[in-house]
Amino acid sequence: MPTVSVKQELLFQALGRRYTDEEFDELCFEFGLELDEITSEKDIISKEQGDGKAEGASDIILYKIDVPANRYDLLCLEGLVRGLQVFKERIKAPRYKRIMPANGDVQRLIITEETAQVRPHAVAAVLRNITFSKDRYDSFIDLQEKLHQNICRKRALVAIGTHDLDTISGPFTYTARPPSEIRFKPLNQSKEYTASEILDLYRTDSQLKHYLHIIENKPLYPVIYDSNGVVLSMPPIINGDHTKISINTRNVFVECTATDITKAKIVLDILVTMFSEYCEKQFIVEAAEVTYLNGKTCIYPELAYRKEKVKPDLINKKIGISETPSSLAKLLTRMCLKSHVTGNGNNIEIEIPPTRADIIHACDIIEDAAIAYGYNNIQMTIPKTYTIANQFPLNKLTELLRQDLAAAGFTEALTFALCSQEDIADKLGVDICSTKAVHIANPKTAEFQVARTSLLPGLLKTIAANKKMPLPLKLFEISDIVVKDSTKDVGARNQRNLCAIYYNKNPGFEFIHGLLDRVMQLLSVPPSKESGYLIKAAEDSAFFPGRCAEILAKGQSIGKLGVLHPDVITKFELTMPCSALEIKIEPFL
Amino acid sequence: QDVAQKYPEGRLLMLNYDPPVRSPQVIEAEQRSSKRWELTPEGQEIVQEGSHEARVFDSIPAEGLPQSELMKLPSGKVGFSKAMSNKWVRLDKNADGGPRIFRAVESVRDSVREKLQLVQQGEAESLEEKDRNELKKRKLLMEVVIKTYWIRKGSAFSTTVTKQETDLTPEMIASGSWRDLKFKAYNFAALGIMPESGHLHPLLKVRTQFRQIFLEMGFTEMPTNNFIESSFWNFDALFQPQQHPARDQHDTFFLQDPAEATDFPMDYLKRVKKIHSQGGYGSQGYKYDWKLAEARKNILRTHTTAVSARMLYRLAQQEKFAPAKYFSIDRVFRNETLDATHLAEFHQIEGVVADYGLTLGDLMGTLREFFTKLGISQLRFKPAYNPYTEPSMEVFSYHQGLQKWVEVGNSGVFRPEMLLPMGLPEGVSVIAWGLSLER
Repeated sequence: MPTVSVKQELLFQALGRRYTDEEFDELCFEFGLELDEITSEKDIISKEQGDGKAEGASDIILYKIDVPANRYDLLCLEGLVRGLQVFKERIKAPRYKRIMPANGDVQRLIITEETAQVRPHAVAAVLRNITFSKDRYDSFIDLQEKLHQNICRKRALVAIGTHDLDTISGPFTYTARPPSEIRFKPLNQSKEYTASEILDLYRTDSQLKHYLHIIENKPLYPVIYDSNGVVLSMPPIINGDHTKISINTRNVFVECTATDITKAKIVLDILVTMFSEYCEKQFIVEAAEVTYLNGKTCIYPELAYRKEKVKPDLINKKIGISETPSSLAKLLTRMCLKSHVTGNGNNIEIEIPPTRADIIHACDIIEDAAIAYGYNNIQMTIPKTYTIANQFPLNKLTELLRQDLAAAGFTEALTFALCSQEDIADKLGVDICSTKAVHIANPKTAEFQVARTSLLPGLLKTIAANKKMPLPLKLFEISDIVVKDSTKDVGARNQRNLCAIYYNKNPGFEFIHGLLDRVMQLLSVPPSKESGYLIKAAEDSAFFPGRCAEILAKGQSIGKLGVLHPDVITKFELTMPCSALEIKIEPFL
Repeated sequence: QDVAQKYPEGRLLMLNYDPPVRSPQVIEAEQRSSKRWELTPEGQEIVQEGSHEARVFDSIPAEGLPQSELMKLPSGKVGFSKAMSNKWVRLDKNADGGPRIFRAVESVRDSVREKLQLVQQGEAESLEEKDRNELKKRKLLMEVVIKTYWIRKGSAFSTTVTKQETDLTPEMIASGSWRDLKFKAYNFAALGIMPESGHLHPLLKVRTQFRQIFLEMGFTEMPTNNFIESSFWNFDALFQPQQHPARDQHDTFFLQDPAEATDFPMDYLKRVKKIHSQGGYGSQGYKYDWKLAEARKNILRTHTTAVSARMLYRLAQQEKFAPAKYFSIDRVFRNETLDATHLAEFHQIEGVVADYGLTLGDLMGTLREFFTKLGISQLRFKPAYNPYTEPSMEVFSYHQGLQKWVEVGNSGVFRPEMLLPMGLPEGVSVIAWGLSLER
């Protein structure tokens, strides 16, 4: 969930009233936001770097507000305030409009076909006669960063560039060139570099280094030029220094390059709807024309208003309320979804503004009606759904066996299903290739390389971590292991195993054997060759030679028991003899 | 004290005697302690032979004694320095044949010896405290604490010794001798011996309780014994777009082997592809290029909702829809580095109800019943965002200990974009909620 940090003072100023922390927290909760933290720059610095470093930092109070991941329109102070003010019916939702420039001289961006190989889409717009202040400017930069981190998927899907239009002249060309041919002065640098040099320059940059991989291995890098060959930006890495915007910038050229055109349009819409508030003509955005080489031309930003019709009855039924159509329309209007009743009250027509790209289905509209109604005002009811409960048979058997194993004096362990290759192979004296283990491609640590193929390593590790406990240690676990199985759609399946272990100064084979007998007794399987269970000598690298037996029941081998091999004991950093039992329990269902 | 002196071997026994319990006693003993000053062995020597300094003074003849000779005397070192500070002797460093000691006064009074004699006669109290401390410092005196017991006949006094029995035996019962025997009292203040037993894991005990609650509410348990899941069932079926951050390498464990799932219900998969890339069923969709390769990728399931999706798909394949209530409690996996607040695997608890005409109020009512059974009564609901539920609500409960509202679960109504491609009838709503067992 993205977190937006706003100055308390600016927020209250914009909201036109003051709130206590509790009141504001309450308002957030109602609206689906979360006032996560009340802090200041000074607090943040001293928390992260120690009190000493915080000296001189600002102690202006900051509200950190968690915003739902799909509400891009609430990612800056401007949007938050607009949303809350409309919610509280203090203002009406503004109407965003795209216009062609008065002189007809529209800014043009031409996309060449080379971009198709690396980053094929671009959209653009102009914020004309904007007035920045320090706070507005900071918010403008912050919003771009928030969008980059969220909907833009760390610039992989969309990258935003904003430029001082008065320093450049169109038409602009969005193309892709070999890195050696691109040369410009990057933002806030003092000299020119080639594209390859720029990548090297930012390899250690704490922020920009995360974006280099997006284009690094491509033969061509995307780049935007103006008509005089000035570099506006090399997306998604860095803008040129030449077009840098400042507090004094009056006209902003916004471009978004993308691999996902839908997201690029949303990002552009959000950025211009939020900041056209500060344009001379409020909420009016100047269009830009994007031309593909095949001649196709698009006008951006789209700023499209979409109309949906939803039956009031459906809204009431889905929420469990009974509001009149007009009051439902009013609730929706409070969520920036301008609505009115049509067709004799049988329908509500809802206008979805360009800021609400999250509204993609009637259910999103219904949710907004419920939020405006107040979740906690909805009458709680119990569904009439009549059903008979059933346990999953395997879990039922597991529950029954667990109780009885504990009653037999063994203590239940709960161990991880993931482990290292070493745990299930080397340490048990087997080759990893001979296990049917499932391998993880991207573990962060060696502890999670594979899914376990046996419960034994987990129990041995549990004993190793509890060596100070009085002997004997008697543990068990009934849980799933995972093995490859090509008959399954995903190529693997779980298997429910029962594992028990006896750790003492003597191996205690008879105790483990006795436990097997008890388990079989509980399962009503008699010790018999024909129809019951029996154990017979077997070889297994995990067990001491001559001290291992295979368990046969239900006409199949269900597992093994025996005295563990001293090598196994040593490899798990244990010192005492130990016997163990591991069987699968599914045959007994 | 007298008795102890009379029977010296009994003294030790008495000192160790510490009655464990108050019960009728043969003799009653009361502890008393007193302090006494005694001479150390060195102090006793001084009483007999005189103090070291007096002995030094006495050993010096009129013509004096070379210092080296004097130091050889048994009391030489200590005696010399004390005699010097008393100004009883003097030292001539320039005498012929090396430094020489002479008497400085005619006669001396050995007050140290006199004081120690007083102590020996039991009159230590007549010494000034300052003197006693001085002598104690010189290790000539010591203070002895004497613990004594004042004994008298107890309520169970008898002149014949009967051995008390420790416990009842089978023989006593057989012979009836227990009638005439005296038994030692039990110490009821002591703890008993813990019974030998195994234990169930505490977290899994809680799992059992949750299972019980679901079963009481008529929910059927889902088969969640499949840790490996395809991205299709874990994400795509739930209308979670392929660029969603949860599908990132940083958050999810992908499999190297078996890397891909091979078998899908193809008709359904086509409908899923369409709803993502083009929309449909009244939805705009996400309008992106949906790729089968991405859906094929095997992962360790990130939520049990993947199983719910399979179950709901199965439900939709029935000839005639029958309402269902499902639950599961099982492991889910996230690609985390372990620390105090992060686990790479944990248990998700999930409840699902599918029926015609379920409302948001029904979801809240079901949650209220569920949490009431857990002992959580004060609930409130916050609007939230989940990719596959809409409306979505986070469930908060008031925590008396923390004095604040804490999140206890997440819930919502499954999106039509998830349900309709499965083939569930249009009027069917599916409400669901989830929480973590570990929390």
